[in-house]
Amino acid sequence: MAKKRIVSANINGKQTEFLCEPRQTLLEVLRDTLDMTGTKEGCSNGNCGACTVRLDGRPVVSCLVLAVEADGADVETIEGVAPGGDLHPLQQAFLNNAALQCGICTPGFIMQSKCLLEENPNPSEHDIRFYLAGNLCRCTGYDKIVRAVQEAAGCCGKS
Amino acid sequence: MRDFDYAAPTSVAEAVKLLQDHNGSARPMAGGTDLIDQVRVGRISPDLVVDIKKIAELNVLQIGSDGLHVGAAVPCYRLYHDAMIKDLYSALTDSASIIGGIQIQSRASIGGNLCNSGPAADSTPSLIALGAVAVIAGPQGNREVAVEDFCTGPGKNVLGRGEFLVELKFPARSANSGSAYQRFIPRNEMDIAVVGVGAAVQLDASGKNFVSARIALGAVAAKPLFAAEAGKLLAGQPVSVETIQKAAEAARAIATPIDDMRGTVEFRKHVTGVLVMRVVQQAVERALKTKSGNAP
Ligand SMILES: Cc1cc2nc3c(=O)[nH]c(=O)nc-3n(C[C@H](O)[C@H](O)[C@H](O)COP(=O)(O)OP(=O)(O)OC[C@H]3O[C@@H](n4cnc5c(N)ncnc54)[C@H](O)[C@@H]3O)c2cc1C
Ligand code: FES
Ligand code: FES
Repeated sequence: MAKKRIVSANINGKQTEFLCEPRQTLLEVLRDTLDMTGTKEGCSNGNCGACTVRLDGRPVVSCLVLAVEADGADVETIEGVAPGGDLHPLQQAFLNNAALQCGICTPGFIMQSKCLLEENPNPSEHDIRFYLAGNLCRCTGYDKIVRAVQEAAGCCGKS
Repeated sequence: MRDFDYAAPTSVAEAVKLLQDHNGSARPMAGGTDLIDQVRVGRISPDLVVDIKKIAELNVLQIGSDGLHVGAAVPCYRLYHDAMIKDLYSALTDSASIIGGIQIQSRASIGGNLCNSGPAADSTPSLIALGAVAVIAGPQGNREVAVEDFCTGPGKNVLGRGEFLVELKFPARSANSGSAYQRFIPRNEMDIAVVGVGAAVQLDASGKNFVSARIALGAVAAKPLFAAEAGKLLAGQPVSVETIQKAAEAARAIATPIDDMRGTVEFRKHVTGVLVMRVVQQAVERALKTKSGNAP
């Protein structure tokens, strides 16, 4: 077996060290090693977006990132979105608009929407649908998600 | 996932050595958006994954009077966020913006798209149309291969043992030149091309005649195709529906697609003709707006 590696990453603002095998994905390590189970596994092949996290500022699907690649990186997961337990405006908007049913896709949608609104605080409906095209939801039919993001727009742009 | 080791060299020489020493069982990785899943499902089984993203040369993105240099590991989002590339190498922007969704584009590289050598790869027709050259490093030093000669079959290319792609070099673009890429898919985004077409045209100063044109096709053969004849038919001809139609027919004639769930042979051939028309017309529209290039 390939030697385990010590990886040091800044996860949600906290310098974190973990041990992993080169073959483990970032998704696997977040969930199984670090007990950060907010990030979900849907397809494990990059298609559904449920595992979306931020890696050095960019949204990525963590099932297609090796955990060893996170060495020295900044990682932001859904657990970092509501520090202290106060819901992020996007989370509140998802609740207000009933933008979730089973909830498996929700952490991915929140992470991806957060990246969108920081890049583009006033997205059109088309911008939202386009930016969220890599996130799949089997329950809501997407309309409520789009409305939630519209409601939250303006709340979390970088000022 | 199958067990493998990982190395992240910081120089081209180190990467060549790692690839060479592992006797074919080492595999370069850029964004990993193809590779990681291929390992997971057992399609490939490397003993060593060589992460090439930490090598400076592979992250170069430079545009100047000698053309455009795109490091093999530059992810798609860096390409489509670049305004100069959008103006002068528009086909590349078109391709980079439709490979996967935003998350995939954060990591997926054009180099990986080419080296994965899928027949439907969305950037390869653009690279061929724009006349890109692959700069390859290996145990014998560097060599260059025109992108139209790079892929040899589904998942196959000219890379030999110990070799990997360092960068893609594009010639400078002149005034009155334009390019475009479009694919036909049943959805609006996140799908595999049924047919993909890239074209680059050079018009004369009047904008009424073609000086030259390059057209390339994806998903209609075992590898991306350079439709050289189709481009030649446009050279020196007036910009008109009739001349573009002739080029479209020539392109359709070299397509040898397969029947699958995405489309039949007949459908794919038809779409090839339609897309060549549209893409050449779009490239012409862009050429008419391009008042200056980066050529000296
Ligand atoms: C959800 C999803 C959607 C996708 N949508 C599209 C799409 O619409 N269109 C499309 O064309 N593709 C699509 N892809 C496929 C993939 O994202 C692209 O092919 C991408 O460009 C690959 O780049 P990468 O940097 O991730 O390559 P990697 O996965 O790192 O590598 C791909 C292959 O090339 C080899 N390789 C990589 N870099 C080099 C190098 N410098 N030298 C030698 N060999 C190298 C690797 O060994 C591997 O075999 C999609 C993938 C996913 C998961
Ligand atoms: S689990 Fe990663 S994209 Fe589906
Ligand atoms: S709420 Fe169930 S998949 Fe989206």
